[in-house]
Amino acid sequence: MFDELLIPFQYDYMLRAMGISALVGAVAGLLSCYVVLKGWSLMGDALSHAIVPGVVVAWLAGLPFAAGAFASGMLAALVMAWLRDRTPIREDAVIGVVFTGFFGLGLFLMSIYPSNVRLRTIVFGNVLGIADEDIVQMAIIAVVVLGALALRGRDLMLSLFDPTQLVVAGGSPARMRILLLVLLAATAVAGLQAVGAVLVIGMLVTPGATAYLLTDSFGRMAGLAAGIGAGTGLLGAYASYFLDGSTGGSIVALQAALFVVVLVLAPKHGILASRRAAKVAAA
Amino acid sequence: MLAQPISLAVDNISVAYPNGHLALKEAGFRLDAGTICGLVGINGSGKSTMFKSIMGLVRPGQGRVLVAGGPVEAALKRNLVAYVPQAEEVDWTFPVSVRDVVMMGRYGHMNLLRIPRAADRAEVQAALERVGMADLADRQIGELSGGQRKRVFLARALAQGGQLLLLDEPFTGVDVTTEEAIIALLKALRDEGRIILVSTHNLGSVPTFCDQVVLVNRTVLAAGPTAEVFTGPNLLRAFGGALRQHSLPGATPLPADAVVVLSDDERPLVMAPDGQVIGRLERDI
Repeated sequence: MFDELLIPFQYDYMLRAMGISALVGAVAGLLSCYVVLKGWSLMGDALSHAIVPGVVVAWLAGLPFAAGAFASGMLAALVMAWLRDRTPIREDAVIGVVFTGFFGLGLFLMSIYPSNVRLRTIVFGNVLGIADEDIVQMAIIAVVVLGALALRGRDLMLSLFDPTQLVVAGGSPARMRILLLVLLAATAVAGLQAVGAVLVIGMLVTPGATAYLLTDSFGRMAGLAAGIGAGTGLLGAYASYFLDGSTGGSIVALQAALFVVVLVLAPKHGILASRRAAKVAAA
Repeated sequence: MLAQPISLAVDNISVAYPNGHLALKEAGFRLDAGTICGLVGINGSGKSTMFKSIMGLVRPGQGRVLVAGGPVEAALKRNLVAYVPQAEEVDWTFPVSVRDVVMMGRYGHMNLLRIPRAADRAEVQAALERVGMADLADRQIGELSGGQRKRVFLARALAQGGQLLLLDEPFTGVDVTTEEAIIALLKALRDEGRIILVSTHNLGSVPTFCDQVVLVNRTVLAAGPTAEVFTGPNLLRAFGGALRQHSLPGATPLPADAVVVLSDDERPLVMAPDGQVIGRLERDI
């Protein structure tokens, strides 16, 4: 029985899948704190869908998929910013139009080349069959995102909390906005292989939302979210071996399940704690 | 410590927004060290545009703003300008403690990584003690009362070492006792040579703590010592129809020379029939 539980650790492909899922989970989890506090869940969803056509074009041109995906995501962000500033259309409609447009184009391009298995994994993810060159790309992205947050994370946090104070301290909220967009697109690209374009937003929102319920300190929230991302990434990939199901689905479903548990049981902001506090206040 | 004492000169500025709205036209005033000045006007009169110009958030199309004799950017680099935001502008559910917020005032003194040193921590502690918030330093900011929230952001301005303090509607949602405590603190800061510019539409409190007043309505209508500028005719010019005038019903059983003012927390301004400012209601009857 116990030996059976250790089987996944005997396969090289499983070790790689668990390792890369944990790494991407940690980076996406860390970034999810900023996404949740900025209220950018929809923007993150848009970016992660908008990178799909770039992947196909990069494949056609023989370029690294990460480069194409990133360029496509940035193009979508520019189009959204342009439409928002120059038309009276509301921002959520702008985001909806642009990301479905990009995603639709990506799916269409993909349907023209149905034989390419690697392209299909971009949408739903397939971390078990990940290629070595993709692992290198993801590791580079993870290091760059972590480095950027180590360097500019405090300014980024201040730009979310009080942009005017950032100006007073000599920083630029506009630059921080661009930084967050770039980091989001980069992390979405890294998450492609792990959970796929459809589900990567889960990794970019749920750990932050869960951690937000658990603490009132930004530092602890960031640590918790990174830990939740890494833990669920590893466990989700591990569990998918036994369940014989989609790794991406397994990871994101696990994150959602953890969120529900925390939502009910969190010591201060959980549903039960709020009820208790309301009862005490009323008594 | 400073090469020269703090001063603020708003020199004939005009500010237009990209949508063509002219928020301020040829507005100007000057303040020297050691003063509390009220920036008074109705909503939409250009008060916040004036603040934004002084903080370099908007660039005047015409004229210039000089802080300590130099451009705004140079003053920001020297951390001279500190800002206390309106309560409505702050996300009180943000996961930061009182101490975290005050530490944000030190960011401009830190290196690029924004890692606090012992000196930064000491400044934060001193600022917290000065506003009487040291005991609540580890509370999440949403758990504070209205007056405590205000004091946290004042502590941030102190920790920053700002010499020009900009306060946006500091008395909104604050009870009279706390208002008095904040005013006492502002007066102490003024006596140390700072310039404190307070944006407000709460007229009743202006004469009690402002040494000077700048009346704005799309431009500077009048600026100078409170006694000269804060007069009925000037206020009517600044507020126009927006200033509610309460007249008492003729059938009240009171002597003809009595004045009755009914009010909630915010203390009303009392004016004589000829428009002369009598003062603020000091005591409940």
